Amino acid sequence: MREKKGMKLSLPEEEYMNPGHLACQGCGATLAMRFVLKALGKRTILCIPACCWSVIDGPFPYSCLEVPIFHCAFETAASSASGVKAGLEMVGDHETTVVAWAGDGGTFDIGIQALSGAAERNDDILYICYDNEAYMNTGIQRSSATPYGAWTTTTPVKHFKNRPKKDIIGIMAAHRIPYIATASIGYPEDLYRKAKKAKEIKGTRFIHIYAPCPTGWKSRPEDTVKLARMVVQNAIFPLFEIENGEKYILNIKLREKKPIIDYLRLQGRFHHLKEEEISLMQEEVDRKWQRLLDLCAKN
Amino acid sequence: MKKVIMGNHALSYGAMLSRAQVIAAYPITPQTQVVELLSEMCADKILDAKFIKVESEHSAMAACIGASLAGARTFTATSAQGLTLMHELLHWASGGRLPVVMGNINRAMAPGWSIWSDQNDSLSQRDTGWMQFYCASNQEVLDTVIQAFKVSEKLLIPSMVVLDAFSLSHTYEVVEIPEQAKVDEYLPPFRPKIRITPDEPHAFGGLTSPEHYFELRYKLQKDMEKADGVIEETGKEYQKMFGRCLGLVEPYLCEDAEIILITSGTMGYTANVAVEEMRKEGVEVGNLRIRVFRPFPFRKICEILKNAKKVAIVDRNISYGHHGIFYQEVKSALYGKNRNIPLFGFIAGLGGRDITPSTFKEITKYTLKKEKPEDFICWIGVKK
Repeated sequence: MREKKGMKLSLPEEEYMNPGHLACQGCGATLAMRFVLKALGKRTILCIPACCWSVIDGPFPYSCLEVPIFHCAFETAASSASGVKAGLEMVGDHETTVVAWAGDGGTFDIGIQALSGAAERNDDILYICYDNEAYMNTGIQRSSATPYGAWTTTTPVKHFKNRPKKDIIGIMAAHRIPYIATASIGYPEDLYRKAKKAKEIKGTRFIHIYAPCPTGWKSRPEDTVKLARMVVQNAIFPLFEIENGEKYILNIKLREKKPIIDYLRLQGRFHHLKEEEISLMQEEVDRKWQRLLDLCAKN
Repeated sequence: MKKVIMGNHALSYGAMLSRAQVIAAYPITPQTQVVELLSEMCADKILDAKFIKVESEHSAMAACIGASLAGARTFTATSAQGLTLMHELLHWASGGRLPVVMGNINRAMAPGWSIWSDQNDSLSQRDTGWMQFYCASNQEVLDTVIQAFKVSEKLLIPSMVVLDAFSLSHTYEVVEIPEQAKVDEYLPPFRPKIRITPDEPHAFGGLTSPEHYFELRYKLQKDMEKADGVIEETGKEYQKMFGRCLGLVEPYLCEDAEIILITSGTMGYTANVAVEEMRKEGVEVGNLRIRVFRPFPFRKICEILKNAKKVAIVDRNISYGHHGIFYQEVKSALYGKNRNIPLFGFIAGLGGRDITPSTFKEITKYTLKKEKPEDFICWIGVKK
């Protein structure tokens, strides 16, 4: 990276996302897009199903992005991207990176069949899920990516979500695709490196980006980046990669794993949780963290 | 070159000769041979295309839409449950103005499970903004695929080429396979003015406010209104080059007919046989086979029915709570344009119940006998 005014830039200066987008204050999904496009560059096509980003980009005839977008049906991010890629190949464009860019609902729930199909075929697409852990665009309804304990408008406080978040990474790993990574907008350099790495790999690549949503999580907009760092440091959302479904690589090692309580307390969606529920959640995080360490140790 | 092939393979040959570039498809009885042959053609490099073997019809249409947006000529084929699973995306293809061509084998909708023919699958896609062609022979299937690409790409409206389950899909007939060079001359490569590419970044299909949406739909209808002209024009051009006319309708002995039967699909040819036999017996009957259902050929139908005394419309479909769908359409075509001509509406052959020449004789006999229809719907062969 080049020097600027004596400051070393850790990400390229080029922007492919312009001001004037329609996101809420403190939106994690916008940062995800901004960092990913810095890595992928101009020769990128995005297939965006129904999700916050189908609004954030701006209404017809406007767009805040410098790359083309195909706004596709909710459940078709992966299958649309497979089609675009095949079409481009047939018209002689072998270079463009075709990205399916979907939220957690479009990935974990309604789009999982198309995603599984594309992954099984190993279609040459980069699938990116920005995860804000509920249907935020429609007004904060639970998805299968909503974590245990969370309030949403369809899991009210009295009946908060009592099932754990779906293990999408485990599902994708079972497809043995060439590349899988988790990333967080709180670690932009790590996210940038992973997007760049994924760009160079052929076949289906899957990046799962943690993207806080102040509107849906009832958190302060200024805490978005903080939450996106805490979630890594307390091992709720560890940063790691999986190559060919088998080789696990831990990217951020935790010398001192933080307790989850401070992270939960910054979000209104968890305010109702009692101590015993939180300690059950902590146990679950510890168990999953150990499991991940074991998988990484096998390499 | 002449070949004896099944209707499903006529679809495959049509797609091959049209040089489809991306095919995305999912198997369903009775469509499977279409994609089996196409996958062989792709594997053997007889056809230079990407074949995406998707995990559902929904993904098949999504992939076709994506590929078409990227500027490739795309083809798929399906039937019944598969077609209706695609329903959402049929709107997406037409609304996105993407000239996808799809074969649909008419099969009755479950439950109960049926693999046999009726038209409720495709006709319930009536308002999705697709053109629909109903074929009566394997030759017509092959020719129509080629024509459909030409019409679709001219108007940027997708097309459905429809054929009956088994009575066409699995029936072998002699088919003239046109020369590739001649087809290339008739159907030049697909080069859309606008496509998705980083060279010219646009956002396609984004949030469209009431300020713009209305006009997009108006334009789709305006182009659909041009379609009957384009179909006739490309059909005549096809006739000049290949000797077979591909029009909106196919009238048989209608000029002097007192009773005109209205049919579609393979029963159209069955009706011709019956008409021939009845003519020998002195009955002045004709058959008007409707080939294009969308756009509906209002003008042409009024013209042909001009002198008829009675019309008997035979539907292998039903709109529950109303009537046969062709019946409704013909009725609306004639409204205000013709004297009060009695329209007899028959429902026959649902779920693959046979429609034979005697079916049409029965229909004609009934129509001759009555001054006007006594029942709103005349059911043929139903066990009441």
